[in-house]
Amino acid sequence: MTALGIIIGVGAVIAMVGIGNGAKAQVEAQIASLGQNVILIFSGSTTSSGIRTGWGGAGTLKIEDAEAIRREVPGVIGVSEEVVSTTQVAAGNQNWFTRIYGESADYFDIRQWPLADGAPFTSQDVRSANKVCVIGRTTATQIYGNENPIGQILRIKEVPFTITGVLTPKGLSTQGVDQDDIVIMPYTSAMKRVIGGTTLRNINVQIADPRQLEAAQQQIISLLRQRHNIRPGRDDDFTVRNQQEIAQAATATTAVMTILLGSIAGVSLVVGGIGIMNIMLVSVTERTREIGVRMAVGARGNDILTQFLIEAVTLSSVGGVIGIVCGIGASKVLSAYANWPTLISISSVAIAFLFSAAVGIFFGFYPARKAAALDPIEALRYE
Amino acid sequence: MNNGTIVSLIDVHKTYRTGEMEVPAVRGVSIEIKCGEFVALMGASGSGKSTLMNILGCLDRPTTGHYILDGADVSGLDRDHLADIRNRKIGFVFQNFNLLPRTSARENVELPLVYGVQRLTNAELRERADRVLASVGLAGREDHYPSQLSGGQQQRVAIARALVNQPEVLLADEPTGNLDSKTSVEIMAIFQQLNESGITVVMVTHEPDIAAYAKRNVMMRDGVILDDHLVSQRSNAATQLKTMTGSNASVV
Repeated sequence: MTALGIIIGVGAVIAMVGIGNGAKAQVEAQIASLGQNVILIFSGSTTSSGIRTGWGGAGTLKIEDAEAIRREVPGVIGVSEEVVSTTQVAAGNQNWFTRIYGESADYFDIRQWPLADGAPFTSQDVRSANKVCVIGRTTATQIYGNENPIGQILRIKEVPFTITGVLTPKGLSTQGVDQDDIVIMPYTSAMKRVIGGTTLRNINVQIADPRQLEAAQQQIISLLRQRHNIRPGRDDDFTVRNQQEIAQAATATTAVMTILLGSIAGVSLVVGGIGIMNIMLVSVTERTREIGVRMAVGARGNDILTQFLIEAVTLSSVGGVIGIVCGIGASKVLSAYANWPTLISISSVAIAFLFSAAVGIFFGFYPARKAAALDPIEALRYE
Repeated sequence: MNNGTIVSLIDVHKTYRTGEMEVPAVRGVSIEIKCGEFVALMGASGSGKSTLMNILGCLDRPTTGHYILDGADVSGLDRDHLADIRNRKIGFVFQNFNLLPRTSARENVELPLVYGVQRLTNAELRERADRVLASVGLAGREDHYPSQLSGGQQQRVAIARALVNQPEVLLADEPTGNLDSKTSVEIMAIFQQLNESGITVVMVTHEPDIAAYAKRNVMMRDGVILDDHLVSQRSNAATQLKTMTGSNASVV
């Protein structure tokens, strides 16, 4: 009962920080799933009759731009031209509305997205615009159920594509999009046979060394400005983002969340500490006679001070330990039922425990000093 | 070095301050107590005997005057030094026993040892506490809690606690005040026996028949010593017990 404030405080700290760290780890994992050292170049927007399209709307990126990047920017180890559409796909008597991604053969390396089964399409497939594709887990289950889709024919806009592989599941993206609801095919095939058009929505570029990322980004910008004949002082007709920028923004958000949750929990720790102080003050009053007896038989002020401090710290530490157990339990329950990822780190447990002990010392000091300063005669006479 | 004098008060005054008022409780007391004495300090309430007892017990300091305990002036010492003196040289027995509740008889007796200068192991603490408990007739009750003991037994635990550090002086403040007459005689028998073995005893009481167990009676009134005389017709608690209870008498 006494230590309840501390239990709630420490438990809340553990659970909150656990949730915060879990969210952060999840975001980081998703950012990493974009690929390492990746630069994304989006086609610019265009304004037509005052209506501005979003990124990729203008179709300013050409296949030749991607080839120029592949050829001229040092440190580039992979380039994937990307076109995106959504359409109805069908096989047998099943059909499904899904996203179509046209990519180069480098895409699977750039995104670090291996196949669960089968083989990816090859550069040869891209050159010849072959009617082959790989599909995500969701699409596979929706159309083929438990059947093995590899080697089957998938009709996309009435064009028959042969499925060469199934991707490993990636789960939901940060925006909550099912990343496994997808069909990926050579961008050449997508442009010629499914989507049409001659321009790319974006280009994914992978750089070998993270230290080259900034330089490569600048080179890509100047290369594209040159290729697109943009005079100095005019805006780019494309947008370049690197994955680190996206990651920083996302982790900053979750860090703010963790701090916020942590400080709420911190407030309850302080409240718990005041509870401890209150109980210790009551205890000092109740045990005034005992303090007097101890002093009469030779306890010094420091002995009494130490005794009450130890009691306060024990109280808050026991509360802290119970709180840690409760907090871990609450995190597990949240993970299990609310499907929130939580991550309990050793450091957060250690900090919570030390903090609860510190609360004991801090809030126990005043009552303990009060006890130590008692006059032995008064204390002995106390009823 | 101290020619047998253990306690020496020289013109001790104690004045309490309550707001603007100065209340003199002890007004110039000089007394010498020699080793092996058994002094009963008597007087009505308000006579200053409790204040004098607190000064003798180093719980309080005289406003003016000197208190020489065992050859050393302790009237000017600070709180921590007084605590050490209480621990090493003085044993307290209180009217209401003042045992720690929820603490066994043995642990109560160990308490002064815990605060002592010597660092004893748990086994040594236990051995010494048990030995002193046995000497006051409580062998076999070491693990009892105060609530499981009778008043007389609790007072014996308190006596054991007072004795465990082998003090120079045993101070008892109305040690029989909360006990019935037979138990009072039992406690007096212990005191007399301890005194025989050489321990100096100073006891506050307002009952003349209890004071009769002492060797010397000191009467106080209004903060001064009124009368100081040796007891001529001293009661012997052990013999009284025998006649009181007949054949099944057992003192300790």
